[in-house]
Amino acid sequence: MIFVTVGTQLPFPRLIDHMIGYSQRSGERVVLQTGDTADWHGMESYRSLSAPQFEAFVNEARVIVSHAGIGSILAAKSASRPLILLPRRAKLGEHRNDHQLATAAAFKDRAGLRVAWEVDELDNLLAHGIEEPTTERNPRYDGLAARLRDFVSGPGILQH
Amino acid sequence: MTRVLAASSGGGHWQQLRLLYGALEGSEVVFACAADVGETGVLPLPDCNLRTPLRLLVGLRAAWRMVRQVRPDLVVSTGAAPGAFVLIVAKLHGCRTVWIDSIANAERMSLSGRLTRRFADLWMTQWPAVSERTGAIYAGSVL
Repeated sequence: MIFVTVGTQLPFPRLIDHMIGYSQRSGERVVLQTGDTADWHGMESYRSLSAPQFEAFVNEARVIVSHAGIGSILAAKSASRPLILLPRRAKLGEHRNDHQLATAAAFKDRAGLRVAWEVDELDNLLAHGIEEPTTERNPRYDGLAARLRDFVSGPGILQH
Repeated sequence: MTRVLAASSGGGHWQQLRLLYGALEGSEVVFACAADVGETGVLPLPDCNLRTPLRLLVGLRAAWRMVRQVRPDLVVSTGAAPGAFVLIVAKLHGCRTVWIDSIANAERMSLSGRLTRRFADLWMTQWPAVSERTGAIYAGSVL
């Protein structure tokens, strides 16, 4: 099964339409979280999902296809699932700005993650196996958490 | 005990805030979110962004009320605009403040982040390149 998720804030018909087409071409089960009230006939689709439902679909999927949202990247990593990102583009009215292009570029070399810069790259990426993301402890997280912890427990003076 | 008000928007902002909960242990933490996250005890904030002026006023007023109600010693936010307002209002009330710009902003500091620059005691980005460009502190990232 492929789980497609676009976040809760904005619809992303370019991705949804393509993945409906993929499902019809390949016969593979595709579950859609659309962020959209539109009814996608015959598709297993949800406007939004509760946290447990979302987690269940993430866990069940062989691969997740998503906009380049941080929520999706965190969810795929914590469930050790391969992830394909399609960044939203401002010029197509898909977001207020192009920060998703920057996010995708910044994460494109991470294990378990691929970027489709255009929708027509998706089928090829879906046809090839993608390794699982690494699950080892992340030193970057430890650094950030330590800095925050030091500040919170520190004296009540300004620490620039 | 230090009372921490941790405020953000929904989605990825919220997930990043929750991931940092471990760094706040030993404090009394009150969470606030601008989206329904289906958890009891999380205070609601109205959603707004910096491009809709009227909603912005609503967000600012809600932030003011929340800081008066919760009376935090310290505010932490991972963005976006609703969290920035809480941080700014808290600073005006004498709280210590931490801004952690979302990891989504890999090339430039977010608009909300730039707004908090003068109000955040600890002003952080999660990307080294943004740190070099803006002077924000880089100490690591959630991913």
